[in-house]
Parts: sequence; C-alpha cells; structure tokens
Amino acid sequence: MSAVPLLDVRDLTVEFATRRGTVRAVERVDLSIGKGETLAVVGESGSGKSVTSYAVMRILDRAGRIAAGTVTFSGMALRDLPEGEMRDLRGWEISMIFQNPRAALNPIRPVGRQIEDVLLQHGQAGRGNARARAVEVLESVRIARPAERYHAYPFELSGGMCQRVVIALALACRPQLLIADEPTTGLDVTTQKSVMELVTELTRARGMSTLLITHDLGLAAAYCDRVVVMEKGRVVETASASAIFRAPSHAYTRRLMRATPRPGAGLRDLLPEGAAPFPPAPIPGAPLLVVEGLVKEYPRAGGSLLGRLAGRAPAEAPFRAVDGIGFEIRRGESVGLVGESGCGKSTTSMMIMRLLDPTAGRIAFDGEDIGAIPARRFASSAARRRIQMVFQDPTDSLNPRHSAARAIADPIRRLGTLRGAALAARVEELASLVGLPAALLDRFPHQLSGGQKARVGIARAIALNPELVVLDEPTAALDVSVQAVVLNLLHELKLRLGMSYLFVSHDLNVVRLLCDRVLVMRAGAIVEEGPVERVLGNPAAAYTRELLAAIPHPPA
Amino acid sequence: MPENPALALPRPSAAGNLLRHARYVLAGNPVTAFSFLLLLFLLGCALLGPSLVPHDPQASNALRALQAPSAQHLFGTDQLGRDILSRVVVATRLDLGIAFFSVALVFAVGGLAGVAAGFFGGWTDRIVGRLADTIMAFPLFVLAMGVVAALGNTVTNIVIATAVVNFPLYARIARGEALVRRNAGYVQAARLTGNGELRILLTTILPNILPIMAVQMSLTMGYAILNAAGLSFIGLGVRPPTPEWGIMVAEGASFIVSGEWWVALFPGLALMLAVFCFNLLGDGLRDIVDPQRRT
Repeated sequence: MSAVPLLDVRDLTVEFATRRGTVRAVERVDLSIGKGETLAVVGESGSGKSVTSYAVMRILDRAGRIAAGTVTFSGMALRDLPEGEMRDLRGWEISMIFQNPRAALNPIRPVGRQIEDVLLQHGQAGRGNARARAVEVLESVRIARPAERYHAYPFELSGGMCQRVVIALALACRPQLLIADEPTTGLDVTTQKSVMELVTELTRARGMSTLLITHDLGLAAAYCDRVVVMEKGRVVETASASAIFRAPSHAYTRRLMRATPRPGAGLRDLLPEGAAPFPPAPIPGAPLLVVEGLVKEYPRAGGSLLGRLAGRAPAEAPFRAVDGIGFEIRRGESVGLVGESGCGKSTTSMMIMRLLDPTAGRIAFDGEDIGAIPARRFASSAARRRIQMVFQDPTDSLNPRHSAARAIADPIRRLGTLRGAALAARVEELASLVGLPAALLDRFPHQLSGGQKARVGIARAIALNPELVVLDEPTAALDVSVQAVVLNLLHELKLRLGMSYLFVSHDLNVVRLLCDRVLVMRAGAIVEEGPVERVLGNPAAAYTRELLAAIPHPPA
Repeated sequence: MPENPALALPRPSAAGNLLRHARYVLAGNPVTAFSFLLLLFLLGCALLGPSLVPHDPQASNALRALQAPSAQHLFGTDQLGRDILSRVVVATRLDLGIAFFSVALVFAVGGLAGVAAGFFGGWTDRIVGRLADTIMAFPLFVLAMGVVAALGNTVTNIVIATAVVNFPLYARIARGEALVRRNAGYVQAARLTGNGELRILLTTILPNILPIMAVQMSLTMGYAILNAAGLSFIGLGVRPPTPEWGIMVAEGASFIVSGEWWVALFPGLALMLAVFCFNLLGDGLRDIVDPQRRT
C-alpha cells in the first residue's frame, strides 16, 4: 500500500430523514484504498455498506445526506466538490457496477453502440475508430465473438455476459477506482467465478483500485487484499483477507464466518451458541414421490409466425426445458436438486407442485399419478394439501395486502377444517413452531424483515402437515446469519413432522447441510445422482467438479 | 371472503391507522391536502347545496334578467333572472352524481373484464381486447353522443355513455396489472393453498391492483364530469331548465359577445375546479391506499 491512499474516507456519517426522524445509516466509518489495492466491504443487509459507496459517489437519494466526515479521492475533497466536477469524476475517474447488470444497460440499444457512446462521450475514441475500439473493449472482457456481439441487444445475452458488458462500460475510460456493488449476486457460481477473475485481472493489469461490496465473506476473502467488515453502520474490523480467515478478531466477524455454510460444518455448527445436536435422522421409508421420464417442452418463438404465413413449416424442434428425468423421494428423505440457472430445476419443481403441466412423463405421488391431473384443476384435488412449497423470494410470495396471520391461515381455510378460535390457535401454534413471535402476526409483509417473511412462508407451507415440501431456494434472498437459523429450523421441522423435502438450490454448501441425496441437473437432464457426501466429496461427473471448483475458496 | 373475527387478534384499530396514515400523506403533500379540501367543499355543495342556496335555482324573474354580480346575486343572474350562484351550487349534485356513477360502472365492468383478460389470457383476452379496440376506433366524444342519441336523452344514458367511452382505458390498465401479477409468487402460493382460479382473481389479484385503479378512477372522474357537461352543452343529455354546468355554459355562451360574461363564466369555473380537483386527487389517493407506503 502506498503512503497516500487513492481513496480515503474519514469519520463518514450518513443520515436519512424518514418519517420517524433521522436515521443514521452509516456512522463514523473510516476506510482507505491504496493504488492498485482491492478492498472488500462485507456486511449483511442494512449494515450500510452500499450507502457508504453511494456517499463516496455522492449519489445518495434525496432523503440522505453526508452529516459528517471527509472523503478524499487523490487529494480532492469530494464532499465539497461542485456537482459539475463530480459528474466528470463519475465514470471517468471512479466507475461503478451494480448488482443487476440487465437494469444497467439500455434495453433498446445494441451493446456495442452503448460502449461506443461512452467512449465518444469521454473522448476515448473518435467517430472513425469508435466501432473498432468498442469491439476491442468487448474482447478485453473476454466476450467470445466480439464483432457479432457488438450488434446484440442486452436481452439476447445471458446475465453473466451482461455483467461483462457492464464491466466493459465501467472500465472503458480507464478509471482509477472501480466500485463494484454486489456484482455477482444473482449469477451462477461458475459465472461468478469468471466475472470475479475478470475484474481482478483487469484491475491488476491496469493498476486500478477496486472497492468490492458484498455480503459473501468467502468471495471477499478469495478475491480481495483487505476486508472491512461492517455491522449496523459501523466498521467492526479491518484486516487482510488471509488474517481475517485465520484469526477473526471481532465477535461479529466470527459470527458471520460461523454462519457461512462450508465444507466440514454441520447445520448446528452454523448457529452462534451450541444448540442441542439433532436426533439421528430416521431411515427413509417407502418411496413417496416417483418421477419417471418427465419432459417439459416449450415451443420456440421468433420468426416462426412469418415462416408459417409463408407456408414454410417450422423446422425447429421445441425447446426441451426438462428432458426425460426420473428420480424418487422416499418418506422422511431430503433430496437436493442443484444446477445453474436455466438447467430446468425450477421447471421440474413447478411440475411436481402441479403448477405446470408436463409434456410427458409420470409424477406418481403415493402411488397416484398426479401428473395426469391438469394444473388448473389440481386446486380441488385431495393431493393438493399433501404437497406444499416454500418459495424462493419471501417478499414476492406473500400477498402484500394480507397480514401474516391471514397468509398462514389461508391454506387451512381453503383445504382444512379448522375455523374460528381453533384456526386462530393453530395459526399461533404454527407461528411458534417456526419461531415467529405472535405479536408479529398482525403485521403486513412490508413490516416484516426478510427472515420473518421466510418464517411466514414456511409456516404457511407446513400448515396442513404436508408429506412433501418443495423448497425452492428458500434462503437465497436471506443474509447468512438468518439463513443459518432458517436452515436449522427446516431440518428441525422435518425431523419433528416426518416430512420429505425436495430442496432446489444452486448453493452446494447449503445442499450439503440439509440433504441426504442430491441430484445434479444440467440442460434439462440429471448428470449425477447419489448420497450427498459421495457426490460432493468425490464427484463422478465433470460438471459437478466444475460446480464445486467455482465456489469461492478463501486463501488457505 | 368471510373474514374471521377470531383471527383479527389485537389489531390496533385499522380505521385509526388509515386516518393516521392519511394525515401523514397529506402533511407531506400540500397539493393533495388542497385537493382534499376542494373535494370536501364540492361534496358539501353536492349534499347540502340545495338547502343552503339563497334563491330557488328554478325561479325566474323577468325583471331581474341578466344582472351583473351584486351583493344580492353574487354571481349575477341569467337571461330568465335566475340566480346563477344558486344554480351553480345546486348543479354540483347532478354533475358529480353522473360522474361518480359512470366511473363506478366502468370500474366494475371494465376493471373486471380487464383483470379477467390479463389473468386468464387466451380467448377472454382476445374478446376483451378486440372490444376495447373497437370502442377506441371511434372519437370518444362522438361515440358518447351516438350512445345517448340512440338510447335516449336521459341521465341514466349519459352515465352509460360515459362509462362506455372509458371502458378501454380501464380494461387496458387492469389487464396490464393483472398480467404482471399473474405469475407472482403470492399468486402461485395462493394456488398451492387450494384457491381456485376465479377466487384468486377476486381475492388476490383484484385487491392488489386497487391502488392503481383508484388513481385511474380519480383521473377519469374529472373526464367524466367534462364528458357529461359536454353532452349537455351540445344539447344531448340533461335538459333545461335543470341546473347543470354544461347547459349553463351553453346558455351563457351567447351572452358573452353582448358583455354578460358572468352567465357562462361561473358555471365554467365550477366545472374547471371540479376537474382540477379530481386530477390532483389521483396521486394523493394512491399514496393513501397503497399499503407499501404504510409503516
């Protein structure tokens, strides 16, 4: 680290004016980044990590203001800089990449043109060579066939490709500092790996400094020189990446590290205090769900209508999202279904949940072929109450106009028999079962935290004592410490109520914790299947090995 | 949906919450507060106007015809010597009534059709969509004229005509909103908890698009008032001597050239104020009914 840091933040305090008075989102934060250094700011949601970076860029929303402190960027005090000069600085000296790459790109302009726009605006290219420069830039972020991709629209590119284009845009003007705010959240592990490697490689090659904002301690440690840990608006620990993993000094850092699923740790190891170990899991019983030759096809869109009009038959075969898969789930067993986005795992779970009709194949639940009942009529089937689901996004899956109590009571009202006081008592019993304080039952979803919403979703799913619960990435939207609690809760409930789980996830470490067996899916087919220890410990398929290798590993 | 009293545990009075929230929204947004005051004033005129006005709005007096505004007749008198202030105030009930019922009608019919179209898709969508397209193919005011001319010159038919011309707007908005929510997580969750499609439509989708529809209702209220007045202005709809803003403007228009400006001005102002009020109201209304903004 050089003597004079590139970016130096001292005593930064940011306040937000809300209807309940002033809230301090960031309090007396100090951090500095040297030239060529990569710094990670790690924290859970609400820790103030994003607000800190917004304050540095001076893009806080109207309610927020920098109450105290100084921000110095290569000798300039950013806090007092006129807005006009600040505007020149953004994108020119300091660039930023955000979480959702697709939202950051103009959807109706080819990506190559968007890169050209930035190059022209900042005088990095003239009219004559803009196009050639844009293709070069695309090449530098390792987009295959850059001359072709130049004409592509953002919707034609995958999430990882879009993020690469965003990185290309951010780096087009050779800034000195890159701020990356959760750049890989929402991307697959393999994509995350290539994007992060690209960022670190490019910044190193250009002598740039990077500020990485993330909730993932593992990611931070694997790709950064130093790590700053934030909690509730304050910096609790600053250390080098290797030191923080070897000897975390602050209690919060230790708790965070403890809660992160990792090889060699059991479910109980994630919780702060030593909870009583689980009783041994029962031996799985008879098969509950048997899936055979399940296929889901979607007709291919695009150009076919014109072709049909012109009398040409559509030659293209329909797209097979799920391509003849088969597996079984026994009573009391947890089966993990892992794969990257687009592999068909969600489609599979939707078909098992009977929200989607399969094209072919059999879904036998307790001997009955429920796949033959059309999805629209399944609501009145007797099997409906026996298969339930916990959704990926706890916010999206709760009706914003229903209170928590009403959400939990809904399945009982529709499919159960309890009414009146008995129903209210059952709702409270369910709430206590999932650890939701009864006082919160009257609240609406937007008044609950992510973890509380997840509990409401779980309570709703188990309200009818289902035999099979499909868990669709139930913890993907949660902080690690909340995830640790929810995963433990799910396992406890399973043991107590004797349910079977189909656990759909992209996170192998989480699957390892919760599942007995695991299915690895790729492009609509199951590439590997077996006991979780064997598949993740000694994978047979090359794809499984690739997935495992892509998980960020902290420096040893 | 039968609300279960036992489930509504110690809810801190929902009405009180709403009131507190409304006060918060109004305090932070003076324009909305102003439009609310204006609305209260208009409603006051509509409800109490006939018993408050100083003169009988129908009583003509040839001796006092076309008098300029004075202490006795604040807004002056018209060609038959009727008090314009009284007529303007009394007309509020009829004009707001027509607007309200036409908006309620189009909300029920157009909103439901649109939600069904967006939610079910397929044939429902095609039929509703083509119906809306057909209506939109006509100039709206001409269509309203046609409806009133065909059905007959009554207040009920003005309500129907105004509702018909607004149908595409409501159907399209409701359709778009339902389309977005059709596969939302909570709709899927409602399917899993055993709700049939029709029940999901009515108890899950519809309440969630109410805030957006409420804004639309407020905005179309203004348009509906203009539409009703416009129909009366050209001689369709409400007939003289019933006090109604559109007719009064129409009657007064011929006197503007001879210098009796007050005959047309005051009903015109009332019309403008009412439309203005409902347009301002729209956004404030959304903030109040949207639970996301309640904390």
